[in-house]
Amino acid sequence: MPAATRDLDWIEVGRLDDIPQRGARRVRDAGIALPIAVFRTADDAVFALIDRCPHKAGPLSEGIVQGCAVACPLHGWVIHLDNGEAEAPDEGRVPVVPVRLADGAIWLSLRHLRAAAREAA
Amino acid sequence: MMDDGAFFTRERLVVVGNGMAAMRTVEELLARSPARYHITVIGSEPHPNYNRIMLSSVLAGEKTVDDIVINPYAWYAENGVKLVTGSPITAIDPAAKTVTVGETALPYDKLLLATGSKPLAPPIPGLGLPGVRAFRDIADVDAMIEASQQHRRAVVIGGGLLGLEAAWGLKRRGMSVAVVHLMATLMERQLDATAGELLQRDLDARGIAFFTNGQTEEILGTDKAEGVRLADGREVPADLVVLAIGIRPNIDLARAAGLDVNRGLLVGDDMRTSDPHIYAVGECIEHNGQVFGLVAPIWEQAEVCGARLAGDEAAVYVPPPVFTSLKITGVDVFSAGALAAADESDDEITLHDAKRGVYKKVVLRGDRIVGSVLYGQVADGPWYVQLMREKADISAFRDQLVFGRAFAEAAGAVPEAKIDVSAMPDAEQVCDCNGVSKGPICEAIVAKELTTLDAVRAHTKASASCGMCTPKVVAILEYLGGAVAYNPDPPMCKCTEHGHDAVRRAIVEQGLKTIADTRAALGWKTSDGCQKCRPALNYYLLCAWPDTYRDDAQSRFVNERVHANIQKDGTFSVVPRMWGGLTNSRELRAIADVAEKYAIPTVKVTGGQRIDLLGVKKEKLPAVWGELNEAGLVSGHAYGKALRTVKTCVGSEWCRFGTQDSTGLGVKVEKMCWGSWTPHKVKLAVSGCPRNCAEATIKDIGVVCVDAGYDIVVGGNGGVEVRVTDHLVRVATEAEVLEYVGAFLQLYREEARYLERTAPWVARKGIDYVRERIVDDADERRALHQRFLLSQRPVQSDPWAQRAGGAEAHEYRVLAEVG
Repeated sequence: MPAATRDLDWIEVGRLDDIPQRGARRVRDAGIALPIAVFRTADDAVFALIDRCPHKAGPLSEGIVQGCAVACPLHGWVIHLDNGEAEAPDEGRVPVVPVRLADGAIWLSLRHLRAAAREAA
Repeated sequence: MMDDGAFFTRERLVVVGNGMAAMRTVEELLARSPARYHITVIGSEPHPNYNRIMLSSVLAGEKTVDDIVINPYAWYAENGVKLVTGSPITAIDPAAKTVTVGETALPYDKLLLATGSKPLAPPIPGLGLPGVRAFRDIADVDAMIEASQQHRRAVVIGGGLLGLEAAWGLKRRGMSVAVVHLMATLMERQLDATAGELLQRDLDARGIAFFTNGQTEEILGTDKAEGVRLADGREVPADLVVLAIGIRPNIDLARAAGLDVNRGLLVGDDMRTSDPHIYAVGECIEHNGQVFGLVAPIWEQAEVCGARLAGDEAAVYVPPPVFTSLKITGVDVFSAGALAAADESDDEITLHDAKRGVYKKVVLRGDRIVGSVLYGQVADGPWYVQLMREKADISAFRDQLVFGRAFAEAAGAVPEAKIDVSAMPDAEQVCDCNGVSKGPICEAIVAKELTTLDAVRAHTKASASCGMCTPKVVAILEYLGGAVAYNPDPPMCKCTEHGHDAVRRAIVEQGLKTIADTRAALGWKTSDGCQKCRPALNYYLLCAWPDTYRDDAQSRFVNERVHANIQKDGTFSVVPRMWGGLTNSRELRAIADVAEKYAIPTVKVTGGQRIDLLGVKKEKLPAVWGELNEAGLVSGHAYGKALRTVKTCVGSEWCRFGTQDSTGLGVKVEKMCWGSWTPHKVKLAVSGCPRNCAEATIKDIGVVCVDAGYDIVVGGNGGVEVRVTDHLVRVATEAEVLEYVGAFLQLYREEARYLERTAPWVARKGIDYVRERIVDDADERRALHQRFLLSQRPVQSDPWAQRAGGAEAHEYRVLAEVG
């Protein structure tokens, strides 16, 4: 395991090969009510978002991945994976989860989201 | 509107009659000379002027009375026309120039008689019994609708235009209907024997019973109508008897006033009666020995009469060629002028395809058309009428004539029809479906700066339904906006300039085998495509290369990737296949067990005759499927652009009306078609008799069993825009049904655009095109059917069983649970 990822903030959730190219899978965290969608693009970049479309709460992990964006399966909103913003003219944003990819392993940092979840509770 | 000064100097025009002929004449008059008369209209019915022709649509439940009002009460007020309804005229005194309304004598300077016609009644006992009605006015229609709600059986006496429309309307209202007709064939005044027989065959298939050569001798019953007895002794029971044997001019007032009458009230070419101050138009008149029952000649009478009343001494009435069509949904009949050759100097050209129910006849006198009868394909009717009106010499394209205008154009025999927008009046109706005329289309284009056909459709609804008027709408758009391009194959999405049709052609012609190859070869603007083009390309490749293409799960919409329907809360629904709607105790027990074990919150019976389990968590899907599989249940593809269901009724196995084994045939059709991927979802149905309990006529493909075999109908839809199927063909055997169904599905698979249902596809291509490909060309049909069977081989493997056995496991598991 590389030194940088030994930081307690970072949690290993799986391998790059566990996700199909232009696909996504879900991660559940006991401290956060909503699931997290982890995406793999055609050029093997990995992104993670709260799995909830800002429009009508559709599961983004079930959408069609295109470039660095995903189309929500419920009503077709396109959400950018790098910043969580909806593509214009739609307006909205999904919280982004920091990701690291190291030696084929995917790591997420859930500290901010867990803190926000505790605050909300 | 009224000018007080003019009021006293105006002549007084009294109009007796408030129907279509009367009010069209008043409109023609007002358009020419709005201030000439003080106009009083006296009508006997308690309604403003309505479109009597559309009463059959009111009876059939397709329109309401409000829909068919032509001049609402406000129109009379706005135009300064005084309307008196419900109090009939009792006398005319031509010497004193007055009419008597109730107790008062109303003076006139000019009188217009448009008293219309009365229903003819046969000279038989029982006419006065309750339950006997004519089919003439709104009161008749109200009474017929009421009878249809209380009673079951109706007899219509008369198999002409009016009688058949009455019969069809009552049938649509749920009654069982018999038609008694004096002659050997139906509508013998408008159709020749061949067309009349085709019509009877089609209406018979829709469940109307016929007694031709039937002379009604008596209406049976003592306190109310109970049926009719025919001269040959046959008795037809009925709770409602409708008289529709014809009309005769209503000339009682005119005769009593001493005007010259014969069969009708006699008028000259100037629409004047024997009294120079009295005019007459419509069904009450007789002109040159002719009386009138259809609307077209009456419009022309109104125009001449309106002009004469306005002071135009040159206006002269010349009867136009009469043409007629029948308002029965899905039955296409057209006739104009002579029905047959009058003598040896006349010629008839006919085309008769009994199997497809197509018949065309053109009657020639020398090099001119004098008549035409069309059945099944009537699109060329207006062209023949135009050639008749123009007295055109047809010798140059006589060979092509019977095949229609497009054929004659293709042969270069007649010039192509050009749409002259500048010559089109603003009031000309462009879109018949949505009743949009040229004026409002132009206004919307200019006011809203519209530049595309889609925008015009969105703002005006013109061309938004059947699309037949699209060339006209495009012509208007181009006329107003310069060269606004109408692209018949618009770009698939923002990733490419290419349209669906062009991409499909390129895939086949250039042998493109993957999504990436296709994007590269056609110069896609994005690296990955998008959610619009990727599923389309995936489908097109799958269809083109069924045995080698590797399906791209990541280019499928979630439902097809997961093999279940995503719901708004992110859970899924599970719908097992029930072949032809059949199930059994073992399957039902398995469904009940699964619902309990997995705490499935909602279990619903679907419209497609199966059971939907709603609210299943994604992770549980493989386990649910596995347990359903054990009872023999497989995926119903309720989530796919694929064959959904084949709905059936119980058919001859159980039903006392069933003509064939509709359930068994439905199962065979479903076994052939399941698993197939298609441009959009596909729903089928098989009905065991023309009562059509499986609603086959609003399905993508429907089969309606009849005694003689199977009617195959296509292109129907019960969704946002309801579309009734077009009749494709009647066949004799189940094997033929399977061949036609497979061929139609394959043609749709190979040629429709992704996400285009069969209904808009058939509407876009035209049913004639589909018939050419798979009815007329038997080799093509067999080849299409074979290609369909080939494409089915790799897909007829239950996707649920594969996944319950561990395939695509990553899809149904979370990547990690942490924290």
